[in-house]
Amino acid sequence: MAQMIIRLTPELVLMVTAFVVIGVDLYTRRRIARRLLPGISIVGLILAAVAAMAQWTVREPVAGTLAADAFAFYFKVVAAGLVIVVILAGTAYMQQRTRFLGEFYALLLAATVAVYIAVSANDLITLYLALETLSILSYVLTGFLRGDRRANEAAVKYFLYGAAASAVMLYGFSLLYGLTGTTQLEEIAQRLLAGEVTSELNWLAWPVVVLSLVGLGFKASLVPFHQWAPDAYEGAPTPVTMFLSTVSKATGFAVMARLLVIALPTLSQYWLALLYALSILTMTLANVIALRQENVKRMLAYSSVAHAGFILLGLVAITGLGSAQPFTGLDGVLMYVLGYTITNVGAFAVVAAVEDARGSTTLDDFAGLIHHSPFLAAAMLIFLLSLAGIPPLAGFVAKLFVFAPVIRSQYYVLAVVALVNAVIAAGYYLRVVKQMFFVPGDAATSTWRLARGMEVALWACLIGVFAVFFFMNGFTTWTVDAASAMLGL
Amino acid sequence: MIPLSWYLAVAAILFVIGFYGVLSRRNAIAILMGIELMLNAVNLNLVAFWRYTQPDQVAGQVFAIIVITVAAAEAAVGLALFIALYRLRGTVHIDEIDLLRG
Repeated sequence: MAQMIIRLTPELVLMVTAFVVIGVDLYTRRRIARRLLPGISIVGLILAAVAAMAQWTVREPVAGTLAADAFAFYFKVVAAGLVIVVILAGTAYMQQRTRFLGEFYALLLAATVAVYIAVSANDLITLYLALETLSILSYVLTGFLRGDRRANEAAVKYFLYGAAASAVMLYGFSLLYGLTGTTQLEEIAQRLLAGEVTSELNWLAWPVVVLSLVGLGFKASLVPFHQWAPDAYEGAPTPVTMFLSTVSKATGFAVMARLLVIALPTLSQYWLALLYALSILTMTLANVIALRQENVKRMLAYSSVAHAGFILLGLVAITGLGSAQPFTGLDGVLMYVLGYTITNVGAFAVVAAVEDARGSTTLDDFAGLIHHSPFLAAAMLIFLLSLAGIPPLAGFVAKLFVFAPVIRSQYYVLAVVALVNAVIAAGYYLRVVKQMFFVPGDAATSTWRLARGMEVALWACLIGVFAVFFFMNGFTTWTVDAASAMLGL
Repeated sequence: MIPLSWYLAVAAILFVIGFYGVLSRRNAIAILMGIELMLNAVNLNLVAFWRYTQPDQVAGQVFAIIVITVAAAEAAVGLALFIALYRLRGTVHIDEIDLLRG
């Protein structure tokens, strides 16, 4: 019992913090609450991350339905860091638009708890419950600005897609349960391996894989389950977009990896082929559509869909299992998630700052950004270069660690498609750069003042983007640790 | 006794009807109804599998109960969003909700 509570400290700390935030919001004056709430939330998140970090070497099941392993802890630490950045960068933005700040932080923390449970879920029931909790909280966060027509539209679309996708996934889970007679991921793998599955039900393997991937592909925004993503990302309040495009997407990949690697390794012939096709589709389609976007927020939304395709490269190349080394594919997924999320959260933070100053986020609003705020323009330049995968930035490390296993597994076609896509992506990132530096904006070159939290958040992201490159070895030991925990090495 | 496959067939038909509803309906509430049908098909599957493969364990039943609970929570949030939508736009027809596109 005591052991179980220790293993669950990260989740418990976050849950308590969420309740404290609601309580403080209720019982103190608004002026005081406004100052206290971001601080309380951030302290809670730091404590949760420390609690997860402290158990790094642990590898054991908790109550049969959760796994405490390095893989889960890795995602927990990354998620805590990202949510801290979201809170820092989003506070000023939300303060201008809503009175209900306490609820915003509480929902964000609750969503983080759902993420924590989802990344360690080791049982179909827990996994579904955690994913669905995350989804429902995401719908609410997306529609948080109730009077905003675009936010509301985004939330409704997100809800309808999400509810349908999770119902399809659930149908797959029900078949998987029928096929194996258990909901526990490791037992599912054992029964599939031992051939205990009665042969008359064998034909269910294909539908199980396809249906389950629909729901997980939705969370990770893979083409063709991505249609909600550009709308939700564009319409949602920008801090929520930061959360959805990084934490929520990373969770989708964590869950997908755990389900496929732990529960369905015997069906790998089916899901490898599917993921291969999905990866090519996702990268290509999203990048081509992103080329003709005039709204930077929407362009970055499509770019983040395209990056999901790059993350999939790692999962496709996962066949080269065997030892606790880098370049097994799975550690590429983890490295890409890290490099991509740090960069993307920063890029959307810049978008939030521009939106605050201008009221909208079209390419024209970015014109002459260098005159209004050199710091913002420089930060955006670095984030865009990192998204394009240029050294010495995080995006380069991310691409390196997924390309290497793909080439090692001799998927040359896939590697070429990915390379072409990286070039296309650079094309539309450079359009934004051109606007910021070379297109003169309006005559009045007023300098913008950034909120303190926004500045801190941007600096944190910038440091992170460089750190991933310059301390690559340190980060590699972590990702390899986390990946080996999952691969059972 | 009725064979397992009959239950699975009913569930599959129910699922397909629900899915057709999601794809073909234009009223947000009707789409939500389609989704509920799909979830009920899942429940039917779960309970049928539980009864026929391992009636001495509880996993299948627990799963079904959790699905019912989550579906209720989801419907609550969904309907709240639709009400907000109706207040802002005066319609819940999803064809007419087209501010975000491209």
